Order: sequence, then structure tokens, then C-alpha cells
Amino acid sequence: MNIRKQAPPIVDAVNFKLHLKPYEHFTLNNGVPVYTVDAGAQEVMQIEMVFYAGNWYEQRQGIAAAANFMLKAGTTTKTAFQINESFEYYGAHLSRTCYNETAVIALHTLTKHLDVLLPVIHEILTSAEFPESELDIYKQNSKQRLIVNLKKPEFVASRLIDSYVYGEQHPYGKYTHEADIDALQIEELKTFYSKYYQHGQCAIFVSGKLPANLQTALNQFFGDLPLSKPSMLNSIIPIMPVEQKKYRIVNDENAVQGAIRLAQNFPNRHHPDFKKVIVLNNLFGGFFGSRLMSNIREEKGYTYGIHSYLQSHLQESSWMVSTEAGIDVCEATIAEVYKEMELLRTEPVDDEELLLVQNYMMGSILGDLDGPFHIMAKWKNMILNNLPEDYFYQSVQAIKETNATEMMEMANKYLQPDAFYELVVY
Amino acid sequence: MIQFDRFVLENGLKVLVHEDKSTPMAVVNVIYDVGAKDEDPAKTGFAHLFEHLMFGGSVHIPVYDEPLQLAGGENNAFTTNDLTNYYCQLPAENIESAFWLESDRMLSLAFSKKSLEVQRKVVSEEFKEHYINKPYGDVWHKLRELVYTSHPYRWMTIGKDLKHIEDVTLDDVKAFFYKHYNPANAILVVAGNVELQQIKDLSEKWFGNIPSGEKYNRNLPMEPTQTAPRFLEVKADVPLDALYKCWHICPRTDDRYYTTDLISDILSGGGSSRLFQSLVKEQQLFSNIECFHMGSTDAGIIVIEGKLVKGVDIKQAEAAVNVELKKLQEEGISVAELEKVKNKTESAMAFEDMSVMNRASSIAMYELLGDADLMNTELDKYRAVTAESIVELSRIIFDENNCSTMYYLSTN
Repeated sequence: MNIRKQAPPIVDAVNFKLHLKPYEHFTLNNGVPVYTVDAGAQEVMQIEMVFYAGNWYEQRQGIAAAANFMLKAGTTTKTAFQINESFEYYGAHLSRTCYNETAVIALHTLTKHLDVLLPVIHEILTSAEFPESELDIYKQNSKQRLIVNLKKPEFVASRLIDSYVYGEQHPYGKYTHEADIDALQIEELKTFYSKYYQHGQCAIFVSGKLPANLQTALNQFFGDLPLSKPSMLNSIIPIMPVEQKKYRIVNDENAVQGAIRLAQNFPNRHHPDFKKVIVLNNLFGGFFGSRLMSNIREEKGYTYGIHSYLQSHLQESSWMVSTEAGIDVCEATIAEVYKEMELLRTEPVDDEELLLVQNYMMGSILGDLDGPFHIMAKWKNMILNNLPEDYFYQSVQAIKETNATEMMEMANKYLQPDAFYELVVY
Repeated sequence: MIQFDRFVLENGLKVLVHEDKSTPMAVVNVIYDVGAKDEDPAKTGFAHLFEHLMFGGSVHIPVYDEPLQLAGGENNAFTTNDLTNYYCQLPAENIESAFWLESDRMLSLAFSKKSLEVQRKVVSEEFKEHYINKPYGDVWHKLRELVYTSHPYRWMTIGKDLKHIEDVTLDDVKAFFYKHYNPANAILVVAGNVELQQIKDLSEKWFGNIPSGEKYNRNLPMEPTQTAPRFLEVKADVPLDALYKCWHICPRTDDRYYTTDLISDILSGGGSSRLFQSLVKEQQLFSNIECFHMGSTDAGIIVIEGKLVKGVDIKQAEAAVNVELKKLQEEGISVAELEKVKNKTESAMAFEDMSVMNRASSIAMYELLGDADLMNTELDKYRAVTAESIVELSRIIFDENNCSTMYYLSTN
């Protein structure tokens, strides 16, 4: 018989026992917690220093991002060029990224060069200067980047949808205008740096092939700094979602596509429904085999891709559907999204499709445990979200235990068109 | 050092196996030796459209994705001017599913009319999303046509014209499949938690009886040596003026490739690189500037592209770029600068090798270039590059007569 006519037998991934390698933990002299995952075959490592220095803490729009960016703009003994060269000479890279609650400085390096790089990070954390000339360049280049981005419908749509869901005054909803960049002042950056970096709250995550002297070395360079361990109690800033739900915005008269965003407010990871909804989201629009992708791309060809996801904020989230579709099929695309919501609310998912989603999710998690950086990313996420240690296993359990009734229940609770903001930017 | 074993099936399919018992996963990567450069100039964008059709059902399997997802796997693919690569990752227990799926679509596609109709639309939307509905989206269409007069690198993988995609027929699809998609034109790499003997058995079982097909013999027009500067000025509805300069370089397998690669790192690619420091920081003529090469298999190009600070005259900006190139040609580079770019290369390779998926695709790419073992000797070749060879090659590359320049000017 023709062996090709039948699929080879498979082991259902949903039955796998997944194992997340535990982290090691120690504390620096000043109380700063350090989490480590020592794994991998390559002689590489990353150190992520997480500061509570996101836009949550800024007095005016743009300060947190500018302060974060300018950490590499010079110290009392080094120019920006010299700082960059200190890392690049060793093939290392020091990146910095500003988020909402947190801002991160991350070092990627071959393990053998760690000892020469730590003193430079120490210098950045103790004696960063914010030269006027560097701020001028930052302002000019940030404004130029912004005006180019404002020509991209997906950029404009992503900013606007967040401002509707959280309110334009909320750290999750606000966005940068040219005037905000113009208004940046050296003094306010220095004040922010002093409060949130030099004297800030910090947690350190180290992963990769780690050197034996890691603890001593981190203590030597960071253990005596006036840093403290994170309180994990961020102030709650209430969101202020806007009233109006539907928007059609013309950004470019000659557009051939529209950027579509549908979103509704959603609680954070601590909510008991979150883990269940992650499964429902996969079914809905979370992977290539999802309902949205199968219908709107693979059946109708309206778009190159359509995705749904839960935003990964600490305080609260939103459930987002995002796509770019041909200008003449934008409204049809939105109608199909609502149709898929209705199907999930009214018809139980059949066993075969649900098993596919479960197996896919389990296989995907298994693949995502490949290598120390990925393992650490999972732990970091749990730690920064203040989740229990067994949250990873709870999430896996939620995938294993889900069923059609639960999916329908979640769909009825959350996939209601009236709850969604609806935006098209042409 | 990446270890691997290699064997060849009777039908000509090359199989390479990289065992890594530290991961629970297996990766199956198939490269077909066909890219956009193999297209008919009147039917461009076809290799890439075809890649989409490879997911639209094969002779015994109605859709590719579902059985793979059911087996806990995920997959993707990409097309370049040189090649088409398909890869999937799944729990090692279920590796036979990947063999079943990949071998069936190498055997034959279902050639579904519906799939062609839908993917034609999907690719049209991809074209619009990335190349039309985006500021500077058409830059590479214009640049490639300026830089290449004869070689099919003249067009992008997405195609020259949306119309080419719209006009594709099912007969075109069949002809392309039979010409390029067969064991003689493919390389299979299996990596992860697998055993050599197991992969030998599975390869024989699933791929062994696929007819060999004809080896496609590539006979592409060579790009003649450029003998005079080329220039194009474009005006478009973009916020900032942009400058593009391209020079022809050697093919990927030429020994000068390593020197060329390091030249691009010296010029750009970090906060301490030459172009960034001089032109963005000190002179403030550009808000960003980059130098890169395409890494293409045949002789390709090295590019400098940058967006100008508003108000700066583009001629002045271009002159400043030329001064930097002249400095490199005349004053050379220091020992430390050379060491820096070599260290960067060493580090980048180590980070890249962390994932088993990357290792699998590197093995396939290097095997396509001639020998997967190149991968393990490249670092030594970078290490052997001298400051003198950098200067010498920069004089050859950055020659006015080898250069194409495009001013992409804002109408605002």
C-alpha cells in the first residue's frame, strides 16, 4: 500500500511533561537580586539589568526614553564614541531599551570578555553625563525618525489604538509628538537618571555560559552602588479608555492598504481567565493555523497576515487583532473578524481542531525552551510580573486541561464586538 | 565547530545530519537551488509566489500546515534571489511527520487552482504592504535596475511588477515545479535530537523513491564590468532626502568576500564605526547611515545608504561620504580597528550558533555554496584578513567607475 496516504503516527505533544530549568539566585551586598541560568554550548552570555525607570515614572512625555537612550552618550571620563568602542572592540553589544514600567540595559558578550566590560557598565551607572551636544543630536534624529514613521499606517494605527484603550494620558496609551522631543531638557534627564538609575530599583538576569567568578564580579562592580531591590509594588495608574469605539482615519490619500486594529481592554496575567484566554487566542488568531489566518488570509487572500495577541503589560493588558489589508477589503476583513468571534461564541470547537491547537502550543513551548536566553526570558517574565514560581506549569496545565465548553465560555465572556475598539488607518 | 554527517541518496538528494542531544526538538530544513535569479524576466516574482504554493497541498496531503501543527511543529520558508529555503521544527519524537510532509511535496504538488488564486492575492498584499504602502518602499526596485544591467539580480524576489504575479497560470506553476523541485536540486538537513542511522532510514523510506529529476544547469547572464559612474535622481512623497551608493563586489565564494565583509563592518555597524561617528555624530549630515552588502551568491553589491538631516544639501552629504572612503583608501586602518571587526565577527558567529534552527540552516546554506564544512573554516579566513588587503580591496571597490548613486529626494 502507499505509505504516503496516511500520516505517520505521532505522539500528542499535549501529553508531554515539560521542564523549565530552574534559575539560581543570589543577592548583591546592596540587596539587588541576581537570577542566573547557566546553560548552553556556546561561550556566550547576556546580562540584563532591569531598572524601574520606564515611562511610568516620567514627569513629561519622552524623558524616560531619552534618559535610557543617552546612558551611552558619555561619562565623566569617556565620550560616547569611547563607550561604544569599549564594547565593540570585544565584539560585545550593550543595548538599552525603555518600556513602560521598566527600562533595561542588556550586555551581550562572549563570556571570556566579561571582566573587561563590567567596569564600563559600572561607569555608565555611576557617572553618565548628558552632554548638551549629544542631546541635540538625539532630538534631531528622533524627530526625523518620527516623521518617517508617521508616514507608515501601521505605526500610526498602533499608537492610536493604544491611546483609545488606555487613554492618552496613561503610560500605556501616550505617545510622542515632535514638541515633546523639542522640550527635552538636560536637567530633567539628569534628575531622572539620578533617581531611577543611580539610586534606582534594579534586578539582574544573567544567562548563558557563565564564568565561575560571576557572583564576585557582579558584587565588585554593582554590589556597592546605591541601588535597591525592586519593591514589585508599582503604583497603579488608572486607565482612561475613550468613549468612541469606531475610527476611520486617512493618513495618506494614495494608500493602497489600510492598517486595521481591533482591541479591547483585558486584565493582566494574575486574572484566572488569562491562561485560558491564551489558548482561546491561539485558536482565534494566535498562530498560522488560527481561524483568522485560515479564513482571512488562506481562504480569502485579503491580507499577507493577520494576528491576535494579548499585550504584555504588567498592570493590565488588551486583546488586540492586527492586520494590513487591501483598501477595498478593509471593511470585509473587519466583518470576517466579527464573524469568527461569533463562531467561537456559538459553536463548540471540535476535538480535532482543539487537539491541534493544544499540540501546537505545547510543541511551541518545548521549542522555546531551546537555550539559556529563552529559558531566562520565561523566568524574567514571571518574576517581573510577580507571578508564582509554578506559573509556567500552571500555564502548561491550562493548555492540557482546556476543553470546548471552556473555550466557548471564554469567547462569550470576551469576544463581544461591542467591547472592541475598531480602527482603520488608510 | 559544528559536527555533521553527509550522505547522498541514489536519486541525488544530499542529506546532512547534525546531532544535538541537548534539545528535545528536531529541525528539518530543505533548500531548493532556485531563487528569483532563475526567473523569466517577463515572469518575475514567481519563485517567491511558488514558495507560497508549496503550502497549498501536495499530491497525497491536502494541506501542509495542519498535520505539522498537530505533531507540535511549526514552520516557515523564505525566498531570496539565490535560493528557496523551507524549515520546520517539531518535537523529535514526531520527526517522521516532517519527512512525510517534505517528501510528499518534493514528489509532487496538488496544483490546486484555488491555492493559486488565493496566494496570488496574498502575495499582492505582501507586495503592497512592503513595497508600495511604505515610504521609500520602491527604493530597491529602482536601485537594482540601476546597478545591474544584465544579471537577474536586476529584480527583487517579490517581483518587478504586480502584474507578473497576477498573470501567473497553473501551467507556469507546473513547469517551474518540474524544472526546479526535485532531489537533484535539493539539500536536506536534519538537526537536533536525532541519530544518523535513524535519519538514513527515514530518508531512504520517504525520499528514496522520488524520481531524481533533471539537474538544473544554471546559465545566467553575467553582469559586465561597470566602466562609468551611474546616477539616478528620484523625487517622491517622503519626509527626508536619502542617499544610496552601490558598488559591485566579488561573489560569495571568492576569497575576497571576507575582506569585503570586514570593510562593511569598519564603515558601519556600531556606534564606534566610521560613517556613524563622522557623518551622524561629528558632522551631523545624516540622521542615520549604514553600509552593508547583500551576501549574494553571485557577484553582488556593497551599499551605503543614509537619510539626510533636514536642510543638508545632498551633494555636500555625498562629498562627505566620499571623504570617508578616501580616508580608508589612503590612510588605512589601525591594528585595533581590524581586531575590533574580527572580534565582532567571532562573537556574531557564536551567538548565531546558539539555536539548532540556525545551525541547520547554516549547514544547508554552506552546502549549497559548495561545502557545509566552509562554516567551520570561515572564522580562520576572517582572522587571516590583513590591514593591507582591506586597503587594497577598498581601492578596487570604491572606484567612481564602479559606483551607482541614487538621490531619493523629498518633494515636501
